[in-house]
Formats: sequence, C-alpha cells, structure tokens
Amino acid sequence: MTIRLENVTKTFNQGLHNEFSAVKNVSLEIQPDRITCLTGPSGSGKTTLLSMTGCLARPTSGRIYLHDRLISNLPEHFLTEIRRRTFGFVFQRFNLIHDMTVLENVLLPAYPLGLPYRKLVDMGQHQLAALGLADKRHEKSQHLSGGEAQRVAICRALINDPEILIADEPTANLDSKLSLAFLEIIHTLNAAGKTILLTSHDPLIYQSPVIDTVIKLHDGEIDAA
Amino acid sequence: MVLLQRQRYLIDYTLSALYRHKGKNLGLLLVYTLIVFLLASVMLFTQSLRQEAARTLQNAPEIIVQRMVAGRHALIPADYLEKMGRLRGVSERHGRLWGYFYDPVVKANYTLMAADHKQLGERDIAIGAGVARARGLEIGDRLSLRSSRGEPTSFRIREILHPDTELLSADLILLPSATFRSFFGIANNLFTDLALTVRNPAETRKIAEKLTLRLPDTRPILREEILRTYDAIFNWRQGIVFVLLSSALMAFVIFAWDKASGLSAEEKREIGILKAIGWDSNDILAMKLWEGAVVSVTAFLLGYLLAYLHVFHASAELFSSVLKGWATLYPQFKPIPAIDGLQIATLFFFTVFPYTVATIIPVWRAAVSDPDTVMR
Repeated sequence: MTIRLENVTKTFNQGLHNEFSAVKNVSLEIQPDRITCLTGPSGSGKTTLLSMTGCLARPTSGRIYLHDRLISNLPEHFLTEIRRRTFGFVFQRFNLIHDMTVLENVLLPAYPLGLPYRKLVDMGQHQLAALGLADKRHEKSQHLSGGEAQRVAICRALINDPEILIADEPTANLDSKLSLAFLEIIHTLNAAGKTILLTSHDPLIYQSPVIDTVIKLHDGEIDAA
Repeated sequence: MVLLQRQRYLIDYTLSALYRHKGKNLGLLLVYTLIVFLLASVMLFTQSLRQEAARTLQNAPEIIVQRMVAGRHALIPADYLEKMGRLRGVSERHGRLWGYFYDPVVKANYTLMAADHKQLGERDIAIGAGVARARGLEIGDRLSLRSSRGEPTSFRIREILHPDTELLSADLILLPSATFRSFFGIANNLFTDLALTVRNPAETRKIAEKLTLRLPDTRPILREEILRTYDAIFNWRQGIVFVLLSSALMAFVIFAWDKASGLSAEEKREIGILKAIGWDSNDILAMKLWEGAVVSVTAFLLGYLLAYLHVFHASAELFSSVLKGWATLYPQFKPIPAIDGLQIATLFFFTVFPYTVATIIPVWRAAVSDPDTVMR
C-alpha cells in the first residue's frame, strides 16, 4: 500500500507570535513492502511528518494519499478506521498504559472491534509468543525492561494485523544490543509483508542494511544532499 | 453482538481505569456519597414527616370554625352551633376547648385540650409522651399547674398517649371539659372553636362558603388547609437545612467543576494513546460516560441507602431537631419508611446528571482532537 505526500506543510500556533512550520512543503512516496527510515537532527520534523502519514495529525496544507485515496481531508471517523485497520504504531516512549498487564495492553487496539473474548486473547497470546513474551503476559507493564516494553508495544501495534507499522524513534531508549534486536524484528515483519516506516537519528538504524530507503530531513524539509 | 461485546470491553477498561486511580476515585466517591447522603436524609425525613402528619390528621374534623374579633381568634359562643343552621352534608358538629399553657419549670408550652370521650375523672389528665419525658412523669404521678386564677392545681396522670401519634401529641394534655373551663376560667357558653364532620369531602369547600355567609364573624379552616400548612412548614424547614448544607454543596460543585474544567496531563495522554491505536472518539466518550456513571450511580445508591438507614433506622439523628421543630418538647417518633419516586428522580437529576455532564465536556474536547495534539 503506497503512501504519497504532496506538498505537505504542518504549521503550529498559526496566527500567533510563536507560529512555526515543523514540516514545509514536503512531497515524497513511501513504497509498500519496504522499510523506510526518516532521519535528521532533533527538530527536523521527523515525528510531525510521521504523525501526519499515520493519520495522527492533519497537515495544514498539502495532500496525503493512501493507495491513491486522498486521506488528509477525511472526517475523524474515517481516519480512526484507517488508523485501526491500516496502521500499527510504536511510540518513542512506547506509551504502554501503566498498571495494566502486558496482555491487556496488547489487546487494547482490538477492543473496538468487539471480537469474542476468547479469540481476542488467542490473538494477543500469539503475538506475545512470536516476540518471546508469552511468559510475561500477566506482568504489569511498568515492571518490564526497556526492550520488553518495546516488544510489547510492537505486539500491540500488530494486534489488528495492520499493513503498515509506524515507529517513532523506536531505539531512542535502548542500548545498541536491543537496537539490533529491534532491527531483526522489523526485518522479519517486513519479510512477512509489512511495510515499515520509522524515524531515527541513530546511525545504527538508518545505516543498517535492513533499511531500504532513508529520507533525510532538515528544518522541516527534505535534505536533497 | 459485536456492539454488546464492545461495550463490555469498554466497561472492563473503565473499571480497570477506576482501579488504577483508586485513591483519587475513592476520595471522589466518599465526598459524592456524603453529599447524596445529606440531601437524601433531609428529603426522606421531610417526606416521612409529611406523611406522618397526613396520617395523624386523617381522623381530624374536615372543618374548624373560629370566631374572629378585630382580626384575632376569639372564643366562640356555643349558640353558633345553632346559628349556623342546617347544613346538608355535615354529619356531626361540636364545640372544642383547647389552649396553651406555659410551664416555667421546663420552659415549654403545653397544649391543653378538653377530651370528654376519654372519661377522665375531675382531676385526671392524659399527657403526651413529650410532657411525660420533660417532667419525668409516669401513670399515677401528679402534675401541678397554676390556673388562670393563680391557684396551683394538681392533676393525676391517668394515661400517657400512644407514641405512634407523638408528632402531634408530644406536648398535649387532655382533661375533662369542666376542669378545662375552671382551669382557664372559660364560661359554659363558650368554646375555643367548633368542629364539623363532613360526610363527603368533596362538599367541604361548598359548606365552608355557606358558613362564611351565615356566620360572617367566623373563619372556616379546612383540614386540607392544615395539611397544606404542614407541607409548607416542612418545606420551609427542609429549605433551611438545604441552606445549611449549601457550603458542603458548594465545595462539591467546586470539586466537580475543577474536575470538569480540565483533564490532567496523564488523562490527556491516555486519551491520545487510545485514539492513536484505533479507538474512536465515541469509544472514548462511552468509556468516560461509563466511568462517570459508575462513580455517580454508586455514590447515589450508597448515599441513598445510608440516608434510608439513617432516617428510618436511626430516626435521622443528625437533622431531626431542626426538621421536627424548635420546641422544647421534641416529639420522639420512628419515621415510617416512605419512598417517593419523584423525589428519587429529582435527587438523581440534581446529583448524577450534572456531574456526568460536567466530566464529559473536557473528555469530549480531547476526544475530538487529533491524537497527536492531545498527546503533545
């Protein structure tokens, strides 16, 4: 499923004295079945661009197409449906809900589907087992190590079997060993047919042979160099 | 089926969210329950008092006729019973003797009433339970009161009136009419007022109109008017208690407003996460509605149950003195359980509904924003 961005701009605090554009007139195409990494220094607009691509935020101007369907101007209800069915998100700080168990966290995105409980639990356990977390399913999320929390976040992102996995600085809080383990996971997922889009300013990631495409950003624009 | 299952998951999540913030939610539940308890106690007790008064007045005469002189209640001549003439529908008419006596010993007013049907001896009296308590009297004891001529008059207690009627009989002293007349110095041809029993209550008003024409210096008082007066008094007292409770209410309103006016950073972040992973705005609103409903309905039920126990099993110890009256002789009676559907609905509307609406507004604002904006 191709994602195409045309002249996308995102401006914050519009009309105020502190107005600024985090993303300026960006056009690009994310190819399906590939691993694409947005890279650039802090404040270059990676996360904002990723958020707009994943329908978490709307562009101030420009258009975003998902497989030739214009999605940037869809009402909220349709965007929710796209987020639920098409994208899986892994956030920078993983954003697991504390005091909930690993399994409960993983199942959260599937609640609105209203599937039978047994089926839901089977799906969750299958995801956890695939990433070696089967024995952690009843642990509270705040008791997990960084690497475990990240894998739980990946399981949660995959529970609805999305076509595209989006990860924002997924290794920012991990050491190099765990970062390499993450690369292995996304490589496996990509081999299984998932499109991966991530941001990272970690050379270990964006210089990895696993990454198919690297897009450099600088001050909200694509760095042609 | 999917819809039901979805709601089940939302409720599951709601309960787990409530448990996660158990300290805050328990505090809220406690304050909320206390407010419902206080309001419901006042409402239940006042309602019970009204019903008790209505029940006690059931056997009272339909019409009382009082003579008015210069705008004040005066004794009525006995021949007014004849002067009023034949009134169709009136099954019985008789004169009544009653008055007040201030007892400096206990600094209380007694209501003295002639009651020949009790067949009391010349110096025998029957007293209300309030009088008995105030003066420490039992059957057979003597009670000495100073008559209108200043002479001490000693009475023997023949009977203590049944506690069931204590709301109206706490301060009552019944005595023979001859004794009453001699004690207060009232001539034989005078009564305090006249009482008429009407066969068909629908005719009461018509009969009262005729009486006003035939006896222009009198005023008829209807039983239904007395009941309305009781209602007004109890409403007024209920109002006073509500005013006293208003500071607690205000504190709760401020508390609810504080909660309603904004979400904490953590709550916003959670809403953002849920939206980002595929929850619809409606799912989040439904979840928060469930959360508000669980807290407010639990507080309502708990508060109401506690109020019921307080009023009907502990005789409303907290408010009874204010609601029953400020007299020295407080009636002691056990309120009869009485629940009014409209009253419950009113209390529910004024406690549960505003809270739920107040809490849902900021959630709605967050739920309709982009997940990225909410999480930032």
